[in-house]
Amino acid sequence: MTDAAALLASKRPDLSRARINRRYAAEKRFRLYGLIAIGAAMLMLAILLSTIVAKGYSAFLQTHIALDVTFDQSVIDPEGTRNPQTLARADYRGISREAVRDTFPEVTGRRDTRNLYKLFSTDLEFEVMRMVLADPALIGTTKRVWVKSAADIDMLSKGYINRDLPQADRRVNDQALGWYDKLDAEGRVSRLFNTTFFTTADSREPEQAGILGALVGSALTLLVTLVIVFPVGVSAAVYLEEFAPKNKWTDLIEVNINNLAAVPSIVFGLLGLAVFLNFFGLPRSAPLVGGLVLALMTLPTIIIAGRSALKAVPPSIREAALGVGASHMQTVTHHVLPLAMPGMLTGTIIGMAQALGETAPLLMIGMVAFIVDIPGSITDAATVLPVQIYLWADAPERAFVERTSAAILVLLAFLIAMNLAAILLRKKFERRW
Amino acid sequence: MIRKTFILAAAAATVAFAGAAEARDQIRIVGSSTVFPFSTAVAETFGKTTSFKTPVVESTGSGGGMKLFCAGIGENHPDITNASRRIKKSEFETCTKNGIGITEVKVGFDGIVLANSKAAPQLSLTKGQIFLALAKKVPMNGKLVDNPYKNWSDIDASLPKTKIEVLGPPPTSGTRDAFVELAMEAGCKEVKGAKELGLAKKACHEIREDGAFIEAGENDNLIVQKLEANPAAVGIFGFSFLDQNADKIQGAKVNGVEPEFELIASGKYGVSRSLYFYVKQQHVGVIPGIKEYVTEFTAEKAWGPDGYLVEKGLIPLPDADRAKIAASSRNLAPLSM
Repeated sequence: MTDAAALLASKRPDLSRARINRRYAAEKRFRLYGLIAIGAAMLMLAILLSTIVAKGYSAFLQTHIALDVTFDQSVIDPEGTRNPQTLARADYRGISREAVRDTFPEVTGRRDTRNLYKLFSTDLEFEVMRMVLADPALIGTTKRVWVKSAADIDMLSKGYINRDLPQADRRVNDQALGWYDKLDAEGRVSRLFNTTFFTTADSREPEQAGILGALVGSALTLLVTLVIVFPVGVSAAVYLEEFAPKNKWTDLIEVNINNLAAVPSIVFGLLGLAVFLNFFGLPRSAPLVGGLVLALMTLPTIIIAGRSALKAVPPSIREAALGVGASHMQTVTHHVLPLAMPGMLTGTIIGMAQALGETAPLLMIGMVAFIVDIPGSITDAATVLPVQIYLWADAPERAFVERTSAAILVLLAFLIAMNLAAILLRKKFERRW
Repeated sequence: MIRKTFILAAAAATVAFAGAAEARDQIRIVGSSTVFPFSTAVAETFGKTTSFKTPVVESTGSGGGMKLFCAGIGENHPDITNASRRIKKSEFETCTKNGIGITEVKVGFDGIVLANSKAAPQLSLTKGQIFLALAKKVPMNGKLVDNPYKNWSDIDASLPKTKIEVLGPPPTSGTRDAFVELAMEAGCKEVKGAKELGLAKKACHEIREDGAFIEAGENDNLIVQKLEANPAAVGIFGFSFLDQNADKIQGAKVNGVEPEFELIASGKYGVSRSLYFYVKQQHVGVIPGIKEYVTEFTAEKAWGPDGYLVEKGLIPLPDADRAKIAASSRNLAPLSM
C-alpha cells in the first residue's frame, strides 16, 4: 500500500503546492490592483484639492490700507439731524479723497493724485459711507480705518507681481510701487479677512466681487427643485412600484424614465426655454425657471432611486401588514414608505448634488449672467455657483484667478454640507434586518 | 388636510406667476462675450451711481444676442444687445419685420493679438505670413496645395526655426470671425498668386486642420496659461488679456506694428475691430433707465481715453467720433441699412 503510494508520488510529482501558491499569488495581485486603483483615485483627488486650495486660499484675505479719515460734521451732516437719508447723500468721495491726499502730502499735480487714488478700490467712497451709516457716532471724529486696496495692489501684496520685471511689463508701475512700500513701512498695509467675498454678489472689480449672490441663487434654485422633485418623484416611484399593473404601458414608461435619466442636460435647457419662457412667459434668469428645468432633469434619477429603495423593502413586511388587515394604501404609507425613505432621501440628495453642478441647461434660460444684486425671491434675476465660477474663470483680471479657486472651494463646501445632511438623515432613519 | 395643502400650493403658485407678470424695472442686456467686460462695468457703475436697478447682463455671443434682441417687443425681450461686429443685413431685416427700431452705438475698438511666451523671442509677422502659416490651402508653384509648412522658418528664413503651433478661438467665437476677416483675408491679398487660384474673400477664411492650429476654446485665460507652459506656441486672443498678462507674454508685431494701446487706437495696428451695442427704441421710456444707461456708457469718464473702460482694456474711438456718436446716441437716432 505504502509502496504503491510512494510509486504514485514518484511518478506524478506533487503539483498542488505550486498551484496553491499560484492561486495565493493571483489573489495578492488582485488585491494589489485594487489598492493601486484606490491609491490612484486618492492621489488625483489630493492633487485636485491641493491645487485648488493652494490657488484659492489667498482670496480669503484681502489687502487693506489704513487711512486717517476725518468725518467732518459740516460735510456729512451740517444740520445735525442724523437722518440716514441725509447721511447717505453726503460727499464721501471728497472726504475719502482728502484722506488719501493727507496720507501723501508730498504728492501734488492732477495726474499724480489721480494715480494715487488708483491704489485704492473704486469702492472707497461707498466703504466710508457704509461706515458712517453703521455708526453715526463717527461723525465729527478723525479715525484710522482700514479700507480695501485696488486689486492690482492686492496682487502685489500677495506676491503675484514680480518686482524685478521692467516697469512696462508690470501691472503696478514704479511710482505706485514706491507709494506701496512707503505705506508698508509705516505699517499701513495689512491683509485682513475678506468679508466682501462672502457678503456681496458679482462685480467687475475683483476686490469688490463676492460669492453671496451666487450662493443665494443656488439655494433658491435648489429649493424650487426640491419642492417639485421630491413629492413628484416619490409619488411616481410609489405608484409604479406598488400600485401600477404590469403591462406594456408601464413597461414603456419605465424604459422612457431610464432613457430620460441619460439625456444630456442642455436638452432640458432648450425645453425650459421653449416651454417656461416662450409659452408660459416666465421671467428670464429667474431661480423659479432654473429650478423647474433642473427638476425635470433630476426627476428620472430620483424615480429610479426611489423604486430601488422600495424594491429593497422585504415582501414579508407587506404580507404581514396585509395579513393583519391593513388596506393596500395603509401598507404602503404606514410600513413600506417609512422603511424606503432613507434610500429615497439618498437618491434625492444625489440628484440635487447633480443639479447643483449644472450650468449647461441654465445657459439657455439666461442664468449665465452678470448680476450685481443679491436675489431676494425666486423671480429675481439670479445666477448660481458653477456659473459664477465659469464667469470668473473667463475674466481677464489676474485677481479673478484666485477668486475662481475660492469659489470652487465654496461650491465644494456646499456640496459636502448637502451630502453630510443626507448621511445624517439616513443614519437617523435607517433600519436593518 | 390634503385639500388644504393643495389650496396653499395653488395660492403660492399664483403669487409666483403674478410676481413674474409685474412690470420689469431692470434693464436686460444680452450679447457678445467680448463686450461683456465693458458692458458689465458700465452696468455696475450705473447701478451704483443712479437710483435705477443694476442691469442684468448676459453673455450669449454676438449672434445669439441678436437673435434674442430681434425676437420682439415686450418685457420678455432684452432691451440692449452687445456685438463685437456690426449688425448683419439679415438680422436687421428680422428686427424691422418684428417692428423693432434700433439705435446703433459704436463704443470702441478691440485689438486681436498674436502672442507668445516671454521665454521665446518676439515674433514679427506680416499678414501674408500669418495666412501662409494658418490657411488650409496655400498656393505653391502655381497650384493650390494642402498647407505644407511645418516650421515658421519654412515660410520665411527670417522667422524662427520652431514648429508652427497656434492656439486660437473656435469657429463659434466672434474673435475667430474677426481674425479670419482681418488677418487671413487681408493676408490672402498679400500672397502672390493667391487671387489667380481663386483665393479671395471667404475662400481665405479656411483654417488648417492638421494639428498646427489648435482650437483652445473660448477661454482666453486658458490660452495664456498654455503659452506660458509652452514657449514654442503662439496664441490668438483679445488685447485685454495681453494687457493683463504683460509680465508673461508678448505680442507679435503685425506688418511691423506692435500691438500697443496707442497704435491700435490710431488704427495703425491692422488687426482690430469695432465693438457695438444696439438699443431697442420701443423700450425707451417703458423700461426705466435705458436712456441713462446709454448716457453713462457714452460719458467721457467711461469710454474716454482716461475712462474706467480703458482700465478694462477697451480701446477708445478718436475724439471726434466719440463726440459725434455720443450726441447721436443720446437722441436715439434710428439705424437704417
